[in-house]
Amino acid sequence: MSEHERTADSVHVDETESQNVDVDSSKTLAPDQIPIRFDETWFSYNSEPVVRDINFSITPGEFAAILGPNGSGKTTLMKLALGLLKPTSGRVLLFGVPADRFTDWHRVGYVPQRTQATESRFPASVREVVNFGTYSGFDPLAIFKRRRSDRVDEAMEMAGVQTLADRRVSDLSVGQQQRMLIARSLVSRPDLLVMDEPVAGIDAAGEEQFHSMIRRFNRDLGITIVMVSHDIGAVMREATTVACINRDIVFHGPVHRLDAQALSDLYGFPVDVLMHDPEHTHR
Amino acid sequence: MPEIFQYEFMIRAILASVLVGATAPAFGVFLVLRRLSLMADTLSHVALAGVAVALLTKTFAPAVALVATTGAAVSIEELRMRRLLPGDAALAVFLYGALAVAVVLISIAEGFNSTLFSYLFGSVLTVSTTDLWWMATLAVVIAVFMALFSSELAQVTFDTDLARINGVRVHLLNLGLAVLTGATITVSMRVVGLLLVGALIVIPVIISLRITGGLARTVFASSAIGVFVAVTGMVIAFYADIAPGGSVVLTAICLLVIVEAVAFTRRLSSRSIHLQIAEMQQHAHAHESHAHGANDDAGDNLSAGTRSHR
Repeated sequence: MSEHERTADSVHVDETESQNVDVDSSKTLAPDQIPIRFDETWFSYNSEPVVRDINFSITPGEFAAILGPNGSGKTTLMKLALGLLKPTSGRVLLFGVPADRFTDWHRVGYVPQRTQATESRFPASVREVVNFGTYSGFDPLAIFKRRRSDRVDEAMEMAGVQTLADRRVSDLSVGQQQRMLIARSLVSRPDLLVMDEPVAGIDAAGEEQFHSMIRRFNRDLGITIVMVSHDIGAVMREATTVACINRDIVFHGPVHRLDAQALSDLYGFPVDVLMHDPEHTHR
Repeated sequence: MPEIFQYEFMIRAILASVLVGATAPAFGVFLVLRRLSLMADTLSHVALAGVAVALLTKTFAPAVALVATTGAAVSIEELRMRRLLPGDAALAVFLYGALAVAVVLISIAEGFNSTLFSYLFGSVLTVSTTDLWWMATLAVVIAVFMALFSSELAQVTFDTDLARINGVRVHLLNLGLAVLTGATITVSMRVVGLLLVGALIVIPVIISLRITGGLARTVFASSAIGVFVAVTGMVIAFYADIAPGGSVVLTAICLLVIVEAVAFTRRLSSRSIHLQIAEMQQHAHAHESHAHGANDDAGDNLSAGTRSHR
């Protein structure tokens, strides 16, 4: 059975059991092989805890989704994972190194929901932005060196933006901007790709194209994917594991074990799960 | 030789205009795109407080203003980074705080109002050889900073978080940008004055964003436009005997209005061309339908005829 297939008998699986599945598999790996590890992680804004006692790991090759309602702390959790925020207590390890001291950034790609440039008339072309991905630290002679344009071209092709190479960033649609950001993050050939609500503002057709591309990166290139989302349908279709967060972890485990009870606990009201995938049992 | 070049002070003023016009908008690109235009205004008010201190203590005004803007720039960045105050609030506190300090010092020490006026609105007579050396040194420092950190500046302007995850030392870069912005304002105050220096940092950038693309090209175009408006404004100020600050900024605004008007006319003509094409297509479609309709009618008549023959 494929890891993407889901079965009806998974509905009533115990949450603790599902959490153990992943924690156990991460224990067999060396710390530097684990892309992300949350270890008793807490984070507070002005003494108000936003993230409470998070313990789980994301293992190599996973397509992990972080699911939760608005204001649940999922974006904070992602920022902790990327070292953009420092935990109030506990720790977050990125490939075995505390995230705020991590330096091996070519192993990590990040696709934000929006960029600061989205709102401004940022004058750079798509190629210039994708080229940011070739950056490998301060180099005083960088201005005189030839850029690795082959990697930039390859990344633009993979993300389907090669025809937009000379377009100005501010003239792109939301979907095209997301593809450009994916291309930028692929240039360094990362082991881990973290995305924050990547399909927000994209129409249904664009969403399907986007997910198909990400699926390819995960299955064919072996890139570990972490996708922050509030779209339960997309998570159920695409992810292999899911962490449901509402300040603390409500559920973590393989996505086929995510049931109506866990989702009801997550959102605080009864949730029914209906699978529309004709290949699989409806529930 | 034109009259303007017969005066040594005007040659110095025009050289100063070239240096200030080239450097101020080059930094402005990064401030405008990051929506930090208020930073220039804030630091110019801090420089005013520095000038007031210098005039009161009879010290070299640009040096005191430079110390004040550097201290303020570092403090604002620290407050923003440590999230002690939101970005805008930190800028507002420094802007009004510095203005209050300047007002108090001006009221304490009477008698330097005319000198202060030249710092507020610029003056062609006050650019000394020492000022020119300050400006030339700063221009070189800014050019070197921008050449060394071109990629980092572009990345931070695009998105701070993305830049940080790409390994850029965002905080240090922001500090460098803020300190050099303060320094630019300090040396520009002789030419355009403290109250108007923000305009020289921002308006050439808005014009270049309208007429060019590509980050590097935008920086160069902003500098070129800055030099053009600063020199033109200075020449107009000389012949019309008006304050150069106002003249430079009004020149920049005139150029902006012209560029916007040309862009608007182009948009209108492009829309009218599109409408004409759409109308022609509609006509062609209508003709085609009519022709099809006529053929169908002919066909129908033929069928009818055939039927009738039958």
